[in-house]
Amino acid sequence: MTTTVTTEKTTGQPEERFDFKGMIEPVWCPGCGDFALLNAIRSALRQMPEVERQNTIVISGIGCSGRVAAYLGVYGFHGVHGRALPTALGVKEANPSLNVLVMGGDGDGFSIGGGHIPHAARRNPNMTYIVFDNEIYGLTKGQVSPTSPKGLAGKSTPEWPALEEPLNPLAMLIAYNVSFVARVYAGSPKTTTQIVKEAIAHPGFAVVQAMSPCTTFYNTYKLWAKQVRTLPEDYDPTDRMAAFARALDTETMWLGIFYREERPTYEEMIAQQAARLRGDEELSDDERLRRLIDSFV
Amino acid sequence: MATEMAEAATRVVDLVVGVAGDTGVTPGIMTTGEMLTLAVSRVGYDIYTFQTNPAEIKGGQAWYQLRLSDQQLLSQGNDVNVLIAFDEEGFEKNEKVLADGGVLIYDASAYEPHPSREFRLVGVPMTKIAREQVRFPLAKNMVGLGAAAALVDLDLQVIRRMIEQKYAAKSMEIVEKNFACVELGANYVRSELGLSPIVRLKPIPRPERLVLSGNEAISLGALAAGCRFFAGYPITPASTILEFMMRELPRFGGVALQMEDEIAALASCIGASVAGKKAMTATSGPGLSLMVELLGLAVMAEVPVVVADIQRAGPSTGMPTKTEQSDLNLALYGGHGDAPRVVVAPSSVGDAFYTAIRAFNLAEYTQGPCILLSDANLANRKATVDRPDSQGVKIVNRLLAPESDERLPKPFPRYQITMSGISPYAVPGMKGTYFVATGLEHDEYGAPNYTPEVHTAMSHKRFRKLESAYANRNGDEWVSLYGARGEADLGVISWGSNEGVIREAVAQANAEGYKVAFAHVHVLNPLPEKELKAFISRVRRVMVAEINFAGQFAHLLAGRFKIDPIPLTKVSGTPFTPQEVLDGIRDAAA
Ligand SMILES: Cc1ncc(C[n+]2csc(CCOP(=O)(O)OP(=O)(O)O)c2C)c(N)n1
Ligand code: SF4
Ligand SMILES: [Mg+2]
Repeated sequence: MTTTVTTEKTTGQPEERFDFKGMIEPVWCPGCGDFALLNAIRSALRQMPEVERQNTIVISGIGCSGRVAAYLGVYGFHGVHGRALPTALGVKEANPSLNVLVMGGDGDGFSIGGGHIPHAARRNPNMTYIVFDNEIYGLTKGQVSPTSPKGLAGKSTPEWPALEEPLNPLAMLIAYNVSFVARVYAGSPKTTTQIVKEAIAHPGFAVVQAMSPCTTFYNTYKLWAKQVRTLPEDYDPTDRMAAFARALDTETMWLGIFYREERPTYEEMIAQQAARLRGDEELSDDERLRRLIDSFV
Repeated sequence: MATEMAEAATRVVDLVVGVAGDTGVTPGIMTTGEMLTLAVSRVGYDIYTFQTNPAEIKGGQAWYQLRLSDQQLLSQGNDVNVLIAFDEEGFEKNEKVLADGGVLIYDASAYEPHPSREFRLVGVPMTKIAREQVRFPLAKNMVGLGAAAALVDLDLQVIRRMIEQKYAAKSMEIVEKNFACVELGANYVRSELGLSPIVRLKPIPRPERLVLSGNEAISLGALAAGCRFFAGYPITPASTILEFMMRELPRFGGVALQMEDEIAALASCIGASVAGKKAMTATSGPGLSLMVELLGLAVMAEVPVVVADIQRAGPSTGMPTKTEQSDLNLALYGGHGDAPRVVVAPSSVGDAFYTAIRAFNLAEYTQGPCILLSDANLANRKATVDRPDSQGVKIVNRLLAPESDERLPKPFPRYQITMSGISPYAVPGMKGTYFVATGLEHDEYGAPNYTPEVHTAMSHKRFRKLESAYANRNGDEWVSLYGARGEADLGVISWGSNEGVIREAVAQANAEGYKVAFAHVHVLNPLPEKELKAFISRVRRVMVAEINFAGQFAHLLAGRFKIDPIPLTKVSGTPFTPQEVLDGIRDAAA
């Protein structure tokens, strides 16, 4: 996205075969890791017949990655910077039968929207959040992000390298007790598809840190290719301490499911409370309202 | 106006009672006021309350004011006729509002008052009676309540029923002890002091009415309008809406959430609305300030949502418990870009029910945000209102696209350009189609598009929706007219919770021979231009009354109608009294 986008063409035509392609062609720069992630997400959705197209909605933030909402051929909502999570929560609790996918960048999710993650974790809604992490601000042309390594000078801020330590999103997510925590890499599409499938299938709040090199402002393909390794076969993702240990090992970019735990979803808990408040009596809404009004006599 | 003068003429009882004291020393101050309010309402009288809670978390001077009458009440009144002061500070702080010759009921075991003017002193050893005769010192306020009841000849059995309602679930012993205090207080006044009642509140036979606060009326109206999603973040004076909704909405199959902040609260409401639910959040100024970016999103993505702003005195944290109408500019203009939104304001507790419904109707009709501007004055005070007619009101739902049976999903023209500006909505989950709601400028299909033609056409569309709402108001009264019907020397224009007090003052002014008309505006955007133009053209001078420093509404009207209105403003954290408005009218009309 090195040049400003002005117009994106609408085909307005139905697809020949439904394949989770939207009516808009991606506007990303050639080689951008987001393409590989998009394809892996499409493959995951195609391989999950239980995920009905018309019941799927993608809520995205603002950034290059945020454009993804329009590329999947399902319902979408491309909102404001940093608020995808609470927006998605509203969608999910308003209609729990929707399959809610949340996507956005590292700046969107870990900087401006970082305050929403612990609260989503506390609630555990059954939705999947994929953070496209390129360790840089892509859309605004290369400023450092909260995951940029210390000392990195953004292309647009060459005189001022980052003085800040980078966040460790995985350790943070595990500390927040997110019920499914994983990392994937755009350069490993097969594992990405597999893990995205598991994240979507996870009954609770699943967060996937999806490493996605920004070819234009911070090309990390070579660096990360040397760092990535898949978590060992015998790794136990239910062991939270082990998950911390892997997350804190920043020498290696471990890929896989770091942590998973099944606990009641927010929707289930809300439904239970509501049933308790409603009681057994079958009443129409009108009758309920009449009685409620009467209680103020 | 004719009815107001007739009412004033036939008013037999019109009494203002104030209850004052330190809630740290007498925890039941507010309960005393509330019970008296409910009891008076039960015997058929109109009530109108005003209260200020202490700013302290625990303790501090509290004030509860109750005006009661056999006729409809429009304001909290001016001077207090009966003051119940539990401690000396409570008396001294409020002595100035007690009318000459008024009644002071005080706890004679706590202090002896030294009044600077002539009052009727009714000293009742409340603490002593509660402690020694009932062995329940906590209920000394109930002794005061009994004393007040005796002075207005209120049937004690009605108070007993209120006590039962409040405490029977806890224990009958508490009921008996509280009531014993009430009886002893009443007896002390009658027998020990040998006083006879100053008025007799004989029961008035009439259909039962409700006693509601503004926040309760807004909440009930929202439920009646079909609100099924609510999200909020605690803030005075809006929190009681959050609490109400968390208790009641689930019973109606809805969801109410306490979010991590106001940004998240509005974001989740917008999300819920995208999913097809009618959604609302409630906050006060500081929260609305945080929400403005998302208001713009609701405008751009065309998402219906109701934002209730229960205004308090600002700026910044300001005076959280005090009232003000200073968020008008924020509501009308807050946020970047050309972002048209509907703004409505309830004018009374009873009207708040219907205004909440109007807010949902307009949000759903225009498919955008509607801000409901209430205030701290309306939020907490109680008033008697007729049972709201939830069957008779019109409920508007957003325009929906017909179900499609296309096998392969076809992009949906979500932002279709239409005459009215309003485009059909496809609820996610609907087969055969899909769309992406977006905050980016977009073409009719929601695809990002930054061309001059599209931005122009879409800006027109967004503004046109509000014009259509005004054109299609179908008898919904956006401006209420009172006072002089034809030409007038002065035309008062106001908005929000001032309606009643101004009606009262205008009626009084006209009775004194002034020629004053009054237009109260219920929808502040889109402004009801025709009605206001007609009003302005028949009055010689315009006065705009509002509770803020800068005269925000006055500036708006000055610009829109090329007039030079006289501002009548107030920034003391309290609502207008009828006297203040009357003085303003006299000055302006002189
Ligand atoms: C409130 C607000 N502040 C700033 C921006 C500008 N902005 C747009 S995207 C972005 C950051 C993009 O970085 P990231 O979230 O990592 O996404 P990427 O482009 O790298 O995919 C910023 C700062 C905005 N749109 N809104
Ligand atoms: S993330 Fe980087 S490479 Fe990808 S589209 Fe944005 S600027 Fe281009
Ligand atoms: Mg980024």
